[in-house]
Amino acid sequence: MLPLVAPFTEAKIRALKVGDEVHLTGIVFTGRDAVHKYLHDGGKLPPDVNLRDGILYHCGPVTLKDDQGHWKVTAAGPTTSSREEPYQAEIIRDFGIRAVIGKGGMGEKTLAACREFGCVYLHAIGGAAQVLAECVKRVRSVHFLEQFGAPEAIWELDVEAFPAVVTMDSNGNSLHRDVFAHSQAELARRL
Amino acid sequence: MSVLLESLIELIRRSSAEIPDDVNEALVRSLESEKKGTIAESAMRIIERNIELAKRKSQPICQDTGSVIFYVTCPVHFDTVTFEEVAREAVKEATRKGFLRQNSVDSITGKNDGTNLGPGSPTVHFHQHRGAATEVRLVLKGGGCENVGAQYSLPQETLHANRDLDGCRRVILDAVLQAQGKGCGPGVLGVCIGGDRATGYEFSKQQFLRLLGDRNPNPTLDALEQDILKTANDLGIGPMGFGGRTTLLGVKICAANRVPASYFVSVSYMCWAFRRQGIELDAASRISRWLY
Ligand code: SF4
Repeated sequence: MLPLVAPFTEAKIRALKVGDEVHLTGIVFTGRDAVHKYLHDGGKLPPDVNLRDGILYHCGPVTLKDDQGHWKVTAAGPTTSSREEPYQAEIIRDFGIRAVIGKGGMGEKTLAACREFGCVYLHAIGGAAQVLAECVKRVRSVHFLEQFGAPEAIWELDVEAFPAVVTMDSNGNSLHRDVFAHSQAELARRL
Repeated sequence: MSVLLESLIELIRRSSAEIPDDVNEALVRSLESEKKGTIAESAMRIIERNIELAKRKSQPICQDTGSVIFYVTCPVHFDTVTFEEVAREAVKEATRKGFLRQNSVDSITGKNDGTNLGPGSPTVHFHQHRGAATEVRLVLKGGGCENVGAQYSLPQETLHANRDLDGCRRVILDAVLQAQGKGCGPGVLGVCIGGDRATGYEFSKQQFLRLLGDRNPNPTLDALEQDILKTANDLGIGPMGFGGRTTLLGVKICAANRVPASYFVSVSYMCWAFRRQGIELDAASRISRWLY
């Protein structure tokens, strides 16, 4: 288990390899379908959102406002990443993202962008909404809440020891590609 | 609040926050069988911790609380109209209490009114029987795993699948291969051989009502279930598609008659967050027994 603590420099990210388990501590920004499409279409980020060297999490959290008006995250598992495949590579390039967290893995275009710009794909455990919500220590801010609705908004979260696995690294390796090829070959022998 | 309403809200709460015992046992076995120190083992550990935490906090196991599907077995003359009205009220109230996420979107306008009510949401299936008992089963079917379900029309040339049991085996295993970890595996397959496009998927989902450890009374289907389970687990896809020993926790297959022109094999995939519960109701609509 490797602790991966902000700030996330290119060197630190490039040192990660497929199969590494990390515990992530620092700021992550959530973003799913609406945010990806918006940014890809040339949309601007609010001035206080800086994704450079940052982490983008494919997640639509369940959030509640407590009596004092503070946001609390009550469920925060990953959503399927492949839906963002058409947009992800350009967003990694244009916004200088160092890691994308999600589930299910991504395709060749994103893998190439990880290699070229120094980024990794971190696979969180799908469905582990409660464990992952416990790793969210604070909601720092929320953007586009009105425009996109709560699950699709950009939530800026402080996370601590958030568990994930590197399944696509910045050296062109993809666990998803390998497991698919291996299982396909195994199946062919059993038909 | 009516007694029936209260019983149904409790059914929803427990379904959303607690994994049934048979599934939990299968998950524990899978955790024990993964090689120590692998990422597959870590994934299973996190899943176990999540199950424990959700139960303790009475919170949804997964934030996608899924499609809400009721299966009601009831005596002749049972008032299905009132039941369905109360079931809708229960879904609305359970959503307000946070047992269900605001999870139902108007497919045309994209609006989510936050109630989880709308056409087909929830779905209630009634089945009358000659007995006196009323049983209500509930499945919360997640979207990620629903997306990896598949329906094959045989013959399938590319997969060399003919209209026979070997053809069925080929397409079911193809569904497992294509799904990889995307349906939040280790998962469970519900399969229907035959039927039309609608009943095929319908019956495939009803297979999720069976206990994971049961055996198919039809020896041919039983052999196919055991074979697919073993073969799928030999493929090495593993939890979350990380590679590993458990790809599937169970396989349940049924058959329905077909017209000579069609031969469908419908495969539904249920994620590890297998949420299904059931209750028996007494004459006053109180919960007299939990079914799983
Ligand atoms: S597939 Fe199941 S565990 Fe995964 S996110 Fe969907 S509901 Fe949750």
